[in-house]
Amino acid sequence: MAKNDLQGALDLLILKTLSQLGSMHGYGIVMHIRRVSDELLIVEEGSLYPALHRMEQNGWVRASWAITDFGRKAKWYALTRAGREQLTSREKNWTQVVKGVDAILRFA
Amino acid sequence: MGLFRRILSLGRRARMEHEIDAELHAHMAMCIDQNMAEGMSREEAERDARLRFGSPTAMRERVSAEDAALGIESLWLDVRAALRVFVKSPGFSLVVVATLTLGIGANTAIFELLDAVRLRALPVAKPNELAELRIDGGNHGLGVSDSQYANFTVPMWREVKEHHDPFSGIFAWRTGDVQVGNPNQSRRVNGLEVSGDFFSVLGIVPLQGRLIEPQDETGCQLSRVVASYSYWKSQMGGEPITAHTTILAERRSVQVLGVTPPSFFGIIVGSRFDLAYPTCTPPHPRGEVFSYSVMGRLKPGWTLERASGYLYSLSPGLFAKTAPDGYSSEELKAFKEFRLAAYAAGAGVSYLRDQYNSSLEILLAITGLVLLIACANLANLMLARASVKNREIAIRMALGASRGRILRQSLLESALLATCGALLGAGVAQPLSRILVRSLDTSGNTIQLAIMADWRVLLFAAAAAISTCLIFGTLPALRSTAAEPVASLKTGERGVAGNRERFSVQRAMVITQIAVSMVLLAGALLFVRSYRNLMTINPGIRESGITVGYFGFPSMHIKPENLAAYKRQIEDDVRAIPGIENAAATTIVPFSGASWGHTIEVGSLDGPSRFTYVSPSFFSTLGIPLLTGRNFTEGDTNDNPLVLIVNQAFLRKYVSAPSTLGIQVRVRPEPQYPARTYQIVGTIPDTKYSDLREDPPAQAFVPIAQLPVTAQGPGMGILFASRDPAAAEVAVWRMLGQQHPGIQMQFLDFQQGILDQLVGDRMMARLSGFFGVLAAVLVVVGLHGVLSYFLARRRSEIGIRMALGASRGRVVAAMLRSASLMLVVGLVAGTLLALLATREASTLLFGLKPWDPGTLVGAAALLAVVTMVASLVPSMRAARVNPIESLRAE
Repeated sequence: MAKNDLQGALDLLILKTLSQLGSMHGYGIVMHIRRVSDELLIVEEGSLYPALHRMEQNGWVRASWAITDFGRKAKWYALTRAGREQLTSREKNWTQVVKGVDAILRFA
Repeated sequence: MGLFRRILSLGRRARMEHEIDAELHAHMAMCIDQNMAEGMSREEAERDARLRFGSPTAMRERVSAEDAALGIESLWLDVRAALRVFVKSPGFSLVVVATLTLGIGANTAIFELLDAVRLRALPVAKPNELAELRIDGGNHGLGVSDSQYANFTVPMWREVKEHHDPFSGIFAWRTGDVQVGNPNQSRRVNGLEVSGDFFSVLGIVPLQGRLIEPQDETGCQLSRVVASYSYWKSQMGGEPITAHTTILAERRSVQVLGVTPPSFFGIIVGSRFDLAYPTCTPPHPRGEVFSYSVMGRLKPGWTLERASGYLYSLSPGLFAKTAPDGYSSEELKAFKEFRLAAYAAGAGVSYLRDQYNSSLEILLAITGLVLLIACANLANLMLARASVKNREIAIRMALGASRGRILRQSLLESALLATCGALLGAGVAQPLSRILVRSLDTSGNTIQLAIMADWRVLLFAAAAAISTCLIFGTLPALRSTAAEPVASLKTGERGVAGNRERFSVQRAMVITQIAVSMVLLAGALLFVRSYRNLMTINPGIRESGITVGYFGFPSMHIKPENLAAYKRQIEDDVRAIPGIENAAATTIVPFSGASWGHTIEVGSLDGPSRFTYVSPSFFSTLGIPLLTGRNFTEGDTNDNPLVLIVNQAFLRKYVSAPSTLGIQVRVRPEPQYPARTYQIVGTIPDTKYSDLREDPPAQAFVPIAQLPVTAQGPGMGILFASRDPAAAEVAVWRMLGQQHPGIQMQFLDFQQGILDQLVGDRMMARLSGFFGVLAAVLVVVGLHGVLSYFLARRRSEIGIRMALGASRGRVVAAMLRSASLMLVVGLVAGTLLALLATREASTLLFGLKPWDPGTLVGAAALLAVVTMVASLVPSMRAARVNPIESLRAE
């Protein structure tokens, strides 16, 4: 599996989700992406948690334990300042990638 | 230790893993909640969540792998795991570490020596600013050179001392013996004659007292000295230096000014001075005697090139002013065309460098190759072990270990082994290096070399360890993780044929080993045979039972015109001593390192020839036959016609007429030796002159009684033959001491002196022989291991073949065939490599060409025999495979 190729996209998805929701736990992130993308994008837990922990190491997100709406204790993640900067640059980058891929696809 | 470990692992890792577990657990729980909210039963909801989530352990591993802090901790875990493996298989670990210790130790030892001899800077302030002044291209044998380091005559030094713009300071030095102690118990120690600025230019700070300063350069009588640290410690008891500290030297009480620091040994790398004393300015310095070495410290902003440019423009005036008298116009012209230049001198000067540089480089290459073979062996060992561990690795990968993690663990094991090997190797390197230095000592010279592990040596050992680790660790690690877990789990250890590719890597490694050891064996045979050639060469003169005696009598103040008669008296006295068979006086002792020559004219030809002034008994004492003409007689003195006996090389070079006797030989004048014309009265065969490797040069002998009166000096050499050299030496010492009070005597064994020339060849022969044998042994071990491993892997295949009717002979033949194939490929590659590699050694070889076919065939045959023996044992074992047993075990 081409893990590295999708990693950039996964990071972008997580960062964007957190910027939209403010603060969320892992399960919530998975469900959000799934719902918003109309079940087109399904993030696997096996990729999500390593990515979250890596971002925490990099200082893009910070984590804290809190209670969910349904009374379960969970680890909530929120964007830091560095995370927001990272998001902006990645969003720009993504637009470039999409443009590039689009150009390739349309080439006849 | 156990408690400590537990605290470490209990701390961070346990807490982090606990947190990850909790997070993942919450995730599962929410997933189950959702599933149940969508209407699943509890069991269904849990099953679905688990299916989606996968293995919780693998997941936790993947998450914690992202944690940098945990990464370091897991490294520690891997180290512990590796240590556990070593403890469990002590035999394996011991073999690996011992091999690496020897390999890295030998390499580091040689490098340490190379470092000490060539790379290390002098222990002085800012050594890279030091420059040595020399005549560009040397003095071409003009004049007399006191030692190999002597480049300056006294007048030249005086001139350059006044004109040294590129240098902030400049000094001259030379070595000389100092006689210390009572006259009847005196011994010679290493003296260092230095000009006043020597210590201040070098920036040496005295340990005690003060060092030599310009105002100490007074009379030529030895009056004050500076002791080296080792001399002060061992000979003066390390007593504090005061204004009244004196020692007995040159039969006088001499003031000791101070002591140099322990690290300072002088300028010559490989020897250590004992006493330093100031230079003196003799009233009539001889312009043709080169005695000093001159060095300076470059001023800031001056490079060697700029300094050389300055010296070049200084040279015409300098050499015109210092030209010696008494030479013919040709020699004078050559002298005036000399040009000075500056050379880097930060590493001091060293005869060891010139003598052993290429030997040490070749030895480093040899030990490097041995290490390479050892690495190949270890790689094979690791490969074999990795395939045994295949199942374990497969299970670990199935349980979620990443490939990188297993690779890391495997590399870590190799790295730990290599580190152990490097540490132990660096430890044994120093003693090995010292033994090596001692093996180069000769009867007359002990090498004083500071062998120490400086940063260069440590860097070298570390580099050796890393490269060995990469060589023997990477491949097995990559291989073991490349295996498909499922396939390994299925076949386990009893695969039918095993992976073809894996075998071919091991084959390639055995082929490499054979090729490399072919190079080493060929090299070893070359060096051993070359040494043997040198040992058995006939120098044309009698070597055994000859003692060299040097006699000095400067304190008797004999007039020059009476010296000839006095020397003849001493020779006669020596010959008359009971036990002495024969004795001969000579100005130059063969193989002593000294040489003397004149430029001659024979007819229209001119050129150089060696000149030795000998007594009539010289030829009979050394067993040199007279081919034609007559020997010298007692009547051949300066009052009668001057006569010569010449060797065949002389005749080949200068005489074309069929009858040689009576031919006139003119000698060009030089200081103390006026122009003369000699007549050839006899011829002798060619004999070696000063170097066993050198072809005999053109040589002429003159009766010692015809030595020009101006050239007479208060010293002489006598060769005496006896049955018992030790007893003869004592007898001469006692008798001459009684008959000529005040005479100085020094004795050497003639044969030992010749053998001393060969210590370098002996070292090369011994070491290359040792490493050649070691390489062959390593090949045997490696090949045996690989074949045994093949056998273990193919046991069931062989069983099936035998069950199907293959004879034992065929099984053995198949095994041997695969071994011979490796051997042939290895030998061909090795021969090509040997031809390339041994070219480098050609200058060190004597009487052999590096592509000597006999040597190559010999090495190949030796290796063939060795490999066949090594492969016979596993092959025979293959033939004993019991088909039923091996099939039942499947």
